[in-house]
Amino acid sequence: MSAPTEEVEVAPSRFGSGRAREILADSWIALVLIALVIAFSVLRPSFATTFNFSNILVAASVLAVMATGQTYIIITAGIDLSVGSVLVFSSVVAVLTMRELGGISGGWGAALAGVAVGILAGVLWGLLNGLLIAKTKIPALIVTLGTLGMALGSAQLLSSGVDIAAVPPSYVKAIGFGKVLGVPVLVLIALAVLAVFYVVLSRTRFGRHTYAIGSNPEAARRAGIRVDRHLVKIYALQGLLSGLAGVLGLARFSTTTLSGHTADNLAVISAVVLGGTSLFGGYGSLIGTGVAVLIPVVLQNGLIILGVQPFWQTILIGAILIIAVFIDQLKRRARTA
Amino acid sequence: MLEAREITRSFGHVEALRGASFAAYPGEVVALVGDNGAGKSSLTRILVGADQPDSGEILIDGRPTVFSSPLAAQQEGVGVVYQDLALATDLDIPANLYLGRELMKTGLLGKLGFIDQKAMRAGTAKTYERFGVKPGSLGAPVSQLSGGQRQSVAVARSIAFGGRILFMDEPTAALGVLQTAKVLDLIRRVRDEGTAVVLISHNMTDVLDVADRVEVLRLGRRVATFSREQATLEVLVGAMTGQLDERRV
Repeated sequence: MSAPTEEVEVAPSRFGSGRAREILADSWIALVLIALVIAFSVLRPSFATTFNFSNILVAASVLAVMATGQTYIIITAGIDLSVGSVLVFSSVVAVLTMRELGGISGGWGAALAGVAVGILAGVLWGLLNGLLIAKTKIPALIVTLGTLGMALGSAQLLSSGVDIAAVPPSYVKAIGFGKVLGVPVLVLIALAVLAVFYVVLSRTRFGRHTYAIGSNPEAARRAGIRVDRHLVKIYALQGLLSGLAGVLGLARFSTTTLSGHTADNLAVISAVVLGGTSLFGGYGSLIGTGVAVLIPVVLQNGLIILGVQPFWQTILIGAILIIAVFIDQLKRRARTA
Repeated sequence: MLEAREITRSFGHVEALRGASFAAYPGEVVALVGDNGAGKSSLTRILVGADQPDSGEILIDGRPTVFSSPLAAQQEGVGVVYQDLALATDLDIPANLYLGRELMKTGLLGKLGFIDQKAMRAGTAKTYERFGVKPGSLGAPVSQLSGGQRQSVAVARSIAFGGRILFMDEPTAALGVLQTAKVLDLIRRVRDEGTAVVLISHNMTDVLDVADRVEVLRLGRRVATFSREQATLEVLVGAMTGQLDERRV
């Protein structure tokens, strides 16, 4: 009787060391980030200004919102390639709504109606993704590749392929350029999203089931978890967050940015994987995502300031993604061996 | 406690069960043995609610019952550990033990979906203490546990919440000698706790080692029941292959 009790008392400290390892894994990517920042700062001191750091954080905010949902999805061993297109679609229907209600001469009423419509549109695309994936068992890769095309094409149809700048200035001023205690509102929104979803993932039944489904969907099913329904919810959440990212983008640029999001899925998925979440499902953390989402943005910003063609960022991120997944595979093999 | 009478089940032209009977009692390990195709899997699936019989009766404590689903069987205290264990191996032991029935925090937090991890860890420790088994590290992912330890997680899952009858499908099939011994030991401890353990196994060494009673299926029927003292390898193999039939008649 005494032996097992001892074992149990030892357990919390071992749990602690597991946490420590997790934090170490997260800080690994943080070290890479710091190295990048130092390197760019040394090469071009104008990189290391408060103004530029603020720019970087604002640019990362929109990606961070999408990467939050993508973390959940990848933990379930799924993927959502359609994020950038859903963002564009949401921003288009949002701005069309704003234009109907007054456009640049419209006030908060027009802005909030547009925001609501944009986010709702995102949820609907997410629901479509989730229902197709859960009910038809078509691989998420294919479903979201399909909706990537559908959402972008629909956005181009609705906007005739031309960017629309009918965003009420009060909205742009408050959300896009607003600051609270010196911190941009966009950054605060992204941090709030990360925080809420972090708590849900680590402390609630919803989060627990998300991990379980990614680890072993059959085990989850046998334990009475409604796996299909849970997946639909998660893709809908990703849709909601892509929609939110869309209306945040409107606030930042005061116009739609139809052609600016073709590589968003690359940046977002890279951030999630670099942040330590396993593409095989069952394992991952939003802290890692929150840190790693800065990497594509810092790269892009730094390369522009260095005068290097910014297209290099896309190349580098693509290569980094492949390396990160390779490392994940090695870790996975070591774990299951 | 759990009894099946004259169960029949056909799949198309194949009669998998032709009036099979079976019984399991508390505090006893009963082995269900038979050659391939004897009907072990079909009978097990029916007894754990995963399949319905064409005819025949299932009784719990002498009371006729119908297991319309695995959940219905679970509510009657019938649990099953399949060969694949069905564990979420990236999650730790308490998460697996309480999967699908997480303990929630009290009050508002609980209503918001917050889980009580501390209470689940404590509950897990208590369950393991009950069986006198070392869980290994509670916080480590199950993938880091040995085969035997994983088996114990699956077993604890099945009986921690009022399970009285535990079916174990080939629990040692994938295990080495040492781990097998540990699992057999676990089976004995669970039995000593008062649970009825049904061991479905091809491994006659394990069966002879741990079973208090052996029921033999052949061609969809129970053809023999042996007590621990009667059971020998020759007798079991004889009953499984039918060589004993002539002698018995």
